[in-house]
Amino acid sequence: MIATQENTMKDTDIKRLLYTHLLCICSIILSIFIPSFFLENFSILETHLTWLCICSVSVTAVNLVLYLVVKPNASSKRSSLSFKVTRFVKCCVYFLMSCFTFHVIFVLYGAPLIELVLETFLFAVTLSTFTTVPCLCLLGPNIKAWLRVFSRNGVTSVWENSLQITTISSFVGAWLGAFPIPLDWERPWQVWPISCTLGATFGYVAGLFISPLWIYWNRKQLTYKNN
Amino acid sequence: MRLGSGTFAACCVVVEVLGVVLFLRGFFPAPVRSSSSSKHQAEPPAPEPSAGASSNWTKLPPPLFSKVVIVLIDALRDDFVFGSKGVKFMPYTTYLVEKGASHSFVAEAKPPTVTMPRIKALMTGSVPGFIDVVMNLNSPALLEDNVITQAKAAGKRIISYGDETWVKLFPKHFVEYDGTTSFFVSDYTEVDENVTRHLDKVLKRGDWDVLILHYLGLDHIGHVSGPSSPLIGRKLSEMDGVLMKIHTALLSEERETLLPSLLVLCGDHGMSETGGHGASSTEEVSTPLLLVSSAFERKPETWLCVLWSLSALSADVFFVHPVNPVWPARGSRFRSCWLGDIRYPKHVQQTDLAATLAIGLGLPIPKNSVGHLLFPAIEGKPMREQLRFLHLNTVQLTKLLQENVPSFEKEPGFEQFKISERLHGNWIRLYLEENNSEVLFNLGTKVRRQYLDALKTLSLSLSRQVAQYDVYSMVVGTVVVLEVLTLLLLSIPQALSSKAELEVPLLSPVFSLLFYLTFLVLSAVHVIVCTSTESSCYLCSLSWLTAGGVMVLVSALLCAVVSALTKVLVRGKLLSKNAAHSNSRWSELDLLILLGTLGHVLSLGASSFIEEEHQTWYFLVSTLCLALCHDIYRNYLPGDDCEPQRCLHVEGGFDGATPALQDKNTSSAVLELNRGCKSPSSLGTLRGYEKWMVLASPWVILTCCRLLRSLNQTGVQWAHRPDLGHWLTSSDHKAALSVLAALSLAVIFALIQRRCSPASKVAMALGLLGVYCYRAAIGNVLFPWQQDNKDISKGILEARFVYVFVLGILFTGTKDLLKSQVVAAGFTVKTVGLWELYSGFVLLAALLLRPHNLPVLVLSLLIQTLMAKFVWKPLRHDVAEVTVMHYWFGQAFFYFQGNSNNIATVDISAGFVGLDTYVEIPAIFLTAFATYTGPVLWASHLVSFLSSEASSSSALSHAGFCYALIGSFPVSAYIILVTSLRYHLFIWSVFSPKLLYEGMHLLITAAVCVFFTAMDQTNTKS
Repeated sequence: MIATQENTMKDTDIKRLLYTHLLCICSIILSIFIPSFFLENFSILETHLTWLCICSVSVTAVNLVLYLVVKPNASSKRSSLSFKVTRFVKCCVYFLMSCFTFHVIFVLYGAPLIELVLETFLFAVTLSTFTTVPCLCLLGPNIKAWLRVFSRNGVTSVWENSLQITTISSFVGAWLGAFPIPLDWERPWQVWPISCTLGATFGYVAGLFISPLWIYWNRKQLTYKNN
Repeated sequence: MRLGSGTFAACCVVVEVLGVVLFLRGFFPAPVRSSSSSKHQAEPPAPEPSAGASSNWTKLPPPLFSKVVIVLIDALRDDFVFGSKGVKFMPYTTYLVEKGASHSFVAEAKPPTVTMPRIKALMTGSVPGFIDVVMNLNSPALLEDNVITQAKAAGKRIISYGDETWVKLFPKHFVEYDGTTSFFVSDYTEVDENVTRHLDKVLKRGDWDVLILHYLGLDHIGHVSGPSSPLIGRKLSEMDGVLMKIHTALLSEERETLLPSLLVLCGDHGMSETGGHGASSTEEVSTPLLLVSSAFERKPETWLCVLWSLSALSADVFFVHPVNPVWPARGSRFRSCWLGDIRYPKHVQQTDLAATLAIGLGLPIPKNSVGHLLFPAIEGKPMREQLRFLHLNTVQLTKLLQENVPSFEKEPGFEQFKISERLHGNWIRLYLEENNSEVLFNLGTKVRRQYLDALKTLSLSLSRQVAQYDVYSMVVGTVVVLEVLTLLLLSIPQALSSKAELEVPLLSPVFSLLFYLTFLVLSAVHVIVCTSTESSCYLCSLSWLTAGGVMVLVSALLCAVVSALTKVLVRGKLLSKNAAHSNSRWSELDLLILLGTLGHVLSLGASSFIEEEHQTWYFLVSTLCLALCHDIYRNYLPGDDCEPQRCLHVEGGFDGATPALQDKNTSSAVLELNRGCKSPSSLGTLRGYEKWMVLASPWVILTCCRLLRSLNQTGVQWAHRPDLGHWLTSSDHKAALSVLAALSLAVIFALIQRRCSPASKVAMALGLLGVYCYRAAIGNVLFPWQQDNKDISKGILEARFVYVFVLGILFTGTKDLLKSQVVAAGFTVKTVGLWELYSGFVLLAALLLRPHNLPVLVLSLLIQTLMAKFVWKPLRHDVAEVTVMHYWFGQAFFYFQGNSNNIATVDISAGFVGLDTYVEIPAIFLTAFATYTGPVLWASHLVSFLSSEASSSSALSHAGFCYALIGSFPVSAYIILVTSLRYHLFIWSVFSPKLLYEGMHLLITAAVCVFFTAMDQTNTKS
């Protein structure tokens, strides 16, 4: 009885997951096409930085809205205004920190230190949007929970499982995106950091697609420790 | 027979080296060259042969042409001139071909059909082998004997416009030049405008003897839109106009001078149906060669060719060409014209042009030329001159044959040469005796025919020497390498077991039927291949005993592989029966190592990834550091509360941003965080400082790698970027370089001395001081009291001073090792001994590396120390992981030093350190050591680390096995890749140098594995 209840719970969760993910994908696709109605000469490759800004803003907005609407995790008991405000501020600080950390990692990976700082930083912002923002929405500014989710056998719900998948696929996408840079094809998208941002975006979208399917496919095997 | 896995691996790698050498021997055919080619002084030309009567014509014959214009159109295929396209778009040229005073040929180019080797072939007459590139390491200039150099030596004034390859090949040869780059393929008008704009001026001036025009536009069109593009027609018309302009100018000028002039139209290579070139298809190797001069006879207008000009425009008439059945496949006009006037262009070799040009300009024929004179060019001359020219050419070819073929007396060409020379002598006697002119003419014709036959035979047997890849040797080499790799792969489970021993079935295969069968089959194949093949083959030229040895090796290896395979299968069955108990999952690190190795091997198939291989390694090493970081934080921060976790994030950000943060007292925030980090229980075993260092070390290492990356820019795409190395080596920053070098040497001492014995400590200090003195002596760095560098010496004394200490330290280390073996004095003596060997290598590296590269050495030592102390020891990585990490870092450091996969970045100056003159063996050894400093130092660090830290005694032999495996994997894969890409456009410029590097790297790996085994032996004995 309990098992079936759990299963139906899981099924509805997966369904909701799928819808939210589809919305996120829509937001990315719209961020490619909508701005060309308002901005002249808008294209992903030529006005890449603008697109990066628009894309990260829209993904963040969609994530926030979805978080507020769907509320995947159990509501916290204390919900005083001051708590909410500190939580929000903390989230902002975390986001900024993750941006800077990513920036530093990119530079350590070989991104130019002085030139193209803005490009590198916007890439860091985009990658943080794809990875840190969902984490912040779902888990809150709680690194302990983050570490738990990203270690083996640490996920406790469908939502966390999909978070794990999308985050890892975004990273892998960005990592793979660096590969075409040394090739001598002389294409406009081989310029730093375009291939990496595109890779990260593709990775994120792929993660959004795959995670509901994968979870649905393996729903029998997946058992989450209920907290 | 039971073997330790280290010994087994070392044997395998040594056998693999043999295989790779065999492959390389087949891949790089030895060039045919004259032994005296390095010296340019002119030998006296061969005198005219004479029987009895003395001929006084010993000088070179005078030039036939006063001026020579060479119009080289890149990627000009033969049917662009002689085919229907030529008729349509090049009317003037067609007129010249058909009715003008001209000779037309189809010149066959040898692969690689790429511009630079083709120009070399045209001007030297030799077939450029890749070995040439290696021979003149740094200089792209052509050092071989060639027409241009000869012409310059003879005082001719040469002008070159067009592709800047000419300027690079022949620096300072041209009185005037304008090089255009072939970089922008999409530009096909500007490149040719830049050539043509000089024409009017130059043709009017006429103060030159040789004019070379190299048009690139056609090639660019081919690359962009293929040979059937409408742009081709337009370009051909433009070229036709150029030719007309030049020809009319030459004709008008000829009236004033006595000698006629020569106009040569040629292509360097053809164009495939897709527009590319580089390989050996008929379209790519067939180029037109047109010689135009008023010295030649004008052709009578035949009715058949009038007929042809009508038919060629309307339809292609198909006749099967009597000589070359390839012709009808392409729309050529000769089909319709072969019946009556047999004027379809004769097939000649591209290399024939050099000899013809040399004769035409009255120069000696280039020594290494394998081509023969294009006889029609001298047909109009008197008989005595004709014979003289032919004789000169034959003598040159015979000399080349004598120097390259040991049994030259048996060659048919040589016999023909002897006969014709005797006949020639007789003819001269008759000539000087003023005999009947008709008899003389008939006899002369006979001599001439004899000479032409001799020339053809000689040229053929010479060019066969270099013609193509020796596929048979390549295949045998590849088979050996692959068998060894399979053997290594199959023996992984056994070799990495805790015993580190494996059963090598040596006796059983020798007595098995399979062995003898394979051996017989291989011998039969060998006999068949060697008797049937036309081109020269290295394996066939070996003695029968050696070749038999190779066959025995191949079949024995095959048997070993088969028996290992059966063993693995049997064991696999047993295991599956026992159920899968080996459920140890792969950690992320193992996965990364596996994927990284595989990815690197796959990336070798793309030329850009080979050019930028350093990026692959930097990327992998950075990822490795992040993976280690992940490992560390997961192990050390299980996190009961959220505080310590946060500290890691902030710390990461901080540390990466400011490398100077290593000394933790810089900011109170870090101190606070540090305190926060203390709480996790699993860190309790470590002291606070160490714990902090464990957490920080991946970031420090990443920062070090980033610094090193900006020290030397290598590769191709970003090589021109400014880097720290250039900044330091520029003469303005000598003081900075001096400070840096001194600081680096001090840090090297500080890092290396802690585990040395006192004696070697002193030696090390003195040695490092000597290194600085050496650099100051040769003027790289300054002493503080020395303001200007007036007295620059070769620093031989200082360098030898350092060598003494290097040898001393190495000797002490060896002595300690031997002592530990004999006396069984114990563990510490051995560890110290190994460390001393290691520090001896470090000192040698410090001497050989250029001063701006000393930071590479410092940071390599720093990273090794950090990794050993704070990563490998506390995290207890297993031996295989540690070995692979050492290998990866070794590779990355190879590129950090400024190396690349281009031969030009090898620092040859290291071979001259402390040597008065060039002494071959030490120079090669020192250069190899300086080039492979990174891998060698990391490997020797691995030995000393494992023997001092490892818990189990089999660690070294495991490490040796892993090192052999990971070292031989890329080579084997690369050999197969190169074989399949052997007609790639970049085969000579990118893939071949990389092949040499891989071969050399395998040799180093073999040396390292033998070293491992030796250390392992001392280990087991003690």
